[in-house]
Parts: sequence; C-alpha cells; structure tokens
Amino acid sequence: MSGGAGTPVAELAGNPRTGEHGALSCGHPVAFSPAALERFEALLTRYPTKQAALLPTLWIAQEEFGWISREAVDYVASLLDLAPAFVWGVVTFYTMYNRAPVGKHLIQVCTSISCHLAGAEKVYHECRRKLGDLKPGETSLDGKYTVIEVECLAQCDKAPAVMVNGDDYERITLENLDSFLEKLK
Amino acid sequence: MSDYQPVLLARLGKKSSCALETYVADGGYASWKKVLAGAKSGEWTPAKVTDLVKASGLRGRGGAGFPTGMKWTFVPPKEKRGDKPVYLLCNADESEPGTFKDRLLIETDPHQILEGMMLASFALEVKHAYVYIRGEMVHGAEILNAAVAEAYAAGLLGRDLLGSGVDLDVTIHRGAGAYICGEETALIESIEGKRGHPRIKPPFPAVSGAWNAPTVVNNVETLCCVKHILDRGPDWFKAIGRNDRNTGPKLYCVSGHVEKPGVYEAPMGILFKDLLAMCGGVKGGRKLKAVIPGGASAPMLTADEILEVPMDFDGVAAAKSMLGSAAVVVMDETTDMPKAVTNISKFFAHESCGQCTPCREGTPWLNKMLKRIVNGEGRQADVDLLLQVAGQMGNGMTICVFADAAIAPVLSAVPKFRAEFEAYVARSKKPGFDEPAPSDITPKVAERMAEGMHS
Ligand SMILES: Cc1cc2nc3c(=O)[nH]c(=O)nc-3n(C[C@H](O)[C@H](O)[C@H](O)COP(=O)(O)O)c2cc1C
Ligand code: SF4
Ligand code: FES
Repeated sequence: MSGGAGTPVAELAGNPRTGEHGALSCGHPVAFSPAALERFEALLTRYPTKQAALLPTLWIAQEEFGWISREAVDYVASLLDLAPAFVWGVVTFYTMYNRAPVGKHLIQVCTSISCHLAGAEKVYHECRRKLGDLKPGETSLDGKYTVIEVECLAQCDKAPAVMVNGDDYERITLENLDSFLEKLK
Repeated sequence: MSDYQPVLLARLGKKSSCALETYVADGGYASWKKVLAGAKSGEWTPAKVTDLVKASGLRGRGGAGFPTGMKWTFVPPKEKRGDKPVYLLCNADESEPGTFKDRLLIETDPHQILEGMMLASFALEVKHAYVYIRGEMVHGAEILNAAVAEAYAAGLLGRDLLGSGVDLDVTIHRGAGAYICGEETALIESIEGKRGHPRIKPPFPAVSGAWNAPTVVNNVETLCCVKHILDRGPDWFKAIGRNDRNTGPKLYCVSGHVEKPGVYEAPMGILFKDLLAMCGGVKGGRKLKAVIPGGASAPMLTADEILEVPMDFDGVAAAKSMLGSAAVVVMDETTDMPKAVTNISKFFAHESCGQCTPCREGTPWLNKMLKRIVNGEGRQADVDLLLQVAGQMGNGMTICVFADAAIAPVLSAVPKFRAEFEAYVARSKKPGFDEPAPSDITPKVAERMAEGMHS
C-alpha cells in the first residue's frame, strides 16, 4: 500500500499514547476557534442529517489542528453526536486525513499510470533521498517535509504530477527536482 | 474534423471565464432563465426537459454510458415517492487514472456545470443538489464555491427563483481521498458521512439513494451536456455524434506518450487515429504499442486493434474494451508492459474498499505476483497464475464492478504481451524458478474466495 500520511500510525500501533479507537494523542484537549465553529454551524444547515457533515467537519478539524488526533476525533464526534470509534473508522478510510503530524510541506507525488510512464517513481524516490533519506510518510527532522506517494491527481497531461498541500505542480522531473524543492523553502 | 467548433470547451482560454459576468455575457444562464420564466405557466415542465434530454441520445460521461434521460425517468413520480425529496449528486470525484476532463471544466467554466445542474434539478424536481468533488481538488472546490455564491447573489439559486416558485440549493461537498467514492453508491455513503462502501443493488439510487430518498448521480461532463441540449436542442446535439446511440460532443483525456497531452474535444466517435493526430502523434515519432482507451479500468488494446476504432461507447466496446471516462493513455514501443500492468495493479490494490473477499484478497495478490515477476523473482507458472486469479475475481462475484475493473488490465495485457511477461520469468534470478508456483492460496483464502462477496 502506498501508505498515505497515516503510515506512521501503523508503525506506532503499540504506542501507549494511542487511544481506544487507535488514534494518536496530541496530549491536550482541542476545540474549534469561534470562526471554525461558525463554519461548522453553517455546514449543518446544508444537509438533512447531522452525520452528513462529518467529512466537511473533519476538514475543518484538519485545518484547525493540522492533523486528526484522538482528541480531535473525540471532539468531532461530540459535535456531531457520533461514536468516536465510528468517526475514527471514517477517518481511516480516507487517505487525506492526516493521522499524525505532517511537515509544513506535504509533498504528494503521483505514481499512477500516466505519471509512471513519465518516470514518476524515480522522482518519488529521489525526492525522498534529497530531503534526508525520508521513509514514505516520514517527516524530516526540521519538520518541514513529508513525502508520500499518491494515486492519480487528475493532472495526467502534466505528468509527473505533484501536489504540495493543496497546490498543484506539474512536470516534476529528475532535472527540475532541485529547483522545485528550492521553491518550497 | 477541423471545422468542429468546441461546445464544452468553447469558453476555454477566455479572460475570467469562471466569473458569472463573463458567463452571462457569453449567453450563459439563458436556458435556466427561460425554463424558470415558463415554469408557472406550464410552458416548461420537468417532463419537457427530460424529454429533450432523452431525445438527444445523451449517454452518461462518467464511465458506464447509461442513457441520461432514461436514468431520470427511474425516479418514482410524486404520487409514489410521497414527501420524500429527490437529490441530484454531481459526480466530480474524477479519480480514474488517466482522467482529467472534469477538473478542466471545474477550473475553467464552473457556471456551465451549475447551469446543467439547475436544469437537471428542474427536470427531477430536486430542491437540493450537491457536487461531490474529490478532496484533492482544493482549488476546484474554491472555484465552485465562489460560483455558487455568485449564483445565489444573482438570484439563480435560492427561493422562488425569478418569481417562478422554484427553489433550489446547491452545496459543494469535498471528498477526502478514496477512488471508490466515484462509484455512485459509495459516493452516496460518503456524502452521508460514512466510509465509502458501495451498496448492494437493488435498490438503485433512483429509487432509494442518499438519505433513503430517490437520487440521481450524474457526471460533471454529462450535466454540462444537458445545458447545451437545452440551449440548442436535441437535434443539434444528435447531429454531432457518429450515430443515434453515440451522440454529442465528447472530451478525451489524452496522456502518456504523445507529443501534446491534454483534454481534446471532438465529436463523439472520432477515430482513434484522428484523435492521435490532434495530439501531435506518438512522442518523438516513435511507434505506438498499446493504448488504454478509457482509464485504468479499461482493457488495453494493441496499436493494431485501436487505430481505426471510433472513440465512442459502441465503437470501443466492439473492440472489446470500453470508452469509460475517455481517459486515453498512450504507450509507445519503449513501454515495459509488465511494469505498466504492475503499476495499475498497485492502484487497484490500494483502492479496494475491502468489502468483498475476491476483491480485497485478489487485488493485492495480483499486485504481489506482478511485483515479483518484474523484480526478477517470478516463477514460470506465475504468468498463468495471474490469469487464473484474475479469472476468479470478476463476473458478478462482488458488490460493485471495481473488481472487474481491477482485472481488466491483467486479463487484456497478459495474453496480448505474454512474451514480455515470460521473458521476465525466464531471466528470473530466483532459484527453482521453473518449479510450479507455490500455492499463494492457502486453503482458507481459497474457501473465502469461493464464497465470494458473502463472506
Ligand atoms: C470504481 C468506480 C469508480 C467510478 N468513478 C467515477 C468518477 O470518478 N466519476 C464519475 O463521474 N463516475 C464514476 N463512476 C461511475 C459512477 O458509478 C456513475 O455511473 C456515474 O457517475 C453516473 O454518471 P453518468 O450517468 O452521468 O455517467 C465510477 C464507477 C466505478 C465502478
Ligand atoms: S468489488 Fe471491491 S471495491 Fe467494490 S464493493 Fe467489493 S471490495 Fe469494495
Ligand atoms: S496518473 Fe498522475 S496525475 Fe493522473
């Protein structure tokens, strides 16, 4: 499996800090800012059930807290009257909810077929090597970079395609990898 | 071909093409206003809109090519559905490897999509429609949200629109990274706030979909076509295609080894060789080897098989593949086919939702075997084992057709390029490589696979 940002969680499965539903603890209770709460309230008016707001609420949580911790799971569950274990089950189904802190730049390299035909795997490996021999999903010591492999980003005409956080980058090759990484600093 | 005027991409490259103002200046929302103006008098009825779409011959652009007008008629009439609302879900999950047409529509002409949704909502008596956009399209979601806000401000969404008595809300809903959520029932589960597990059909979404209410799921490009059918009429739309069963303008996503990869609009049914010429031909003037005509799920075709194929639903089906999402992945003579198939098998192993045993167990297994073949550790029997395992995963053994999609690349490429797979095995460094393959199938797994989806 191409890991996703959650890969470290599996490696930390025996970590005493993991909660009953398996999420990592951030060590303190969390709550939305007033602005986030306002967005959350507005969300609820857009769906016939409270539960339907789960994915968008998790997005707000990720924006607010950076990643989905045990405390974030419990908090979102209480906001939506859902069981924390259910929320965690949803979190783990989707690849984009970070289950551990990620670097300032989450570098997502597409290695699906069109990007593969353009040499994406080499770019992915070289990118990790250049940033300090990072393992898939591992974050650099300075907290700046996390590199993961992702599936098709719907930019196949611009292969190899890379996304950093929410921004799209096109035609990242071994030749221009250095200048691409330079720009991220 | 050269005198073809783009329809879906007509506004591509225009300044501020995402803004309501420019959209309206280009004649946008004329159909929506026309329908709203005639709603009270009965000049425009839901049935009339549906009939126009039916008459156009429009077939869904999301992959299956199901006739759109017919799908809409599966929604039970008011007398039968009672108080239940009807939902329209615009499928903008676009995650099939090789596909990037919906992204272009979203990022360059969002109001075109919204107008299509408005007209479809009128036809289906929908009061709240949603766009399910894949989580990765962060920018696309922002553009759609801005367009929706503009439409509300202009009175094109909201209550009693332009005094017509028609109400309509549109909400943009972001996914969070899961290919399977493009499958319509998984999409429904996902929008309800659950894991994206496809549902057993029946009931079909048109009868019981989102929140147990009648639901229609349509692709972004399909809904854009609806707008143009209402603008210019079904006869105009039909005249564009190759024949009555394959009508209208079509977006082709061409990637891989071509000179100019990109989204190309052409009349439905353009010959593959003409499409290839539009893209400047095979990269570096090299020879064409194979093509995936409709996304990673579509069986691969060799150069000989595809050159003369009309790129429409029936044309590609006749060549024993499928048009799918019209994601045309071109592979030249330098392509290592076993590696390409291994790559695609990785995708499916990663994306299986895990509900059905043949799919959950079979997809990683195919990937594992392919990896050992291309890593020089394959055994002679592995090539047949691939076909054997893939042969047990499809044909209705599973809840959704993902499993059929997952085996298509293997079942097409292995026989067609068998020599390449065998060459890998022949070079295998593994001691005892010519012995029969060890059974990867433990008796327990075999039993579970035989039980199929019910385990
Ligand atoms: C595994 C799988 C993935 C799919 N992904 C998409 C997708 O990303 N976008 C899409 O429009 N349809 C997708 N579909 C097809 C949908 O299930 C559905 O048929 C389609 O959205 C209907 O719209 P249409 O009738 O306008 O084509 C997928 C189907 C399957 C089985
Ligand atoms: S076929 Fe695969 S993806 Fe579809 S429901 Fe079964 S396990 Fe999930
Ligand atoms: S295959 Fe990489 S963006 Fe589609």
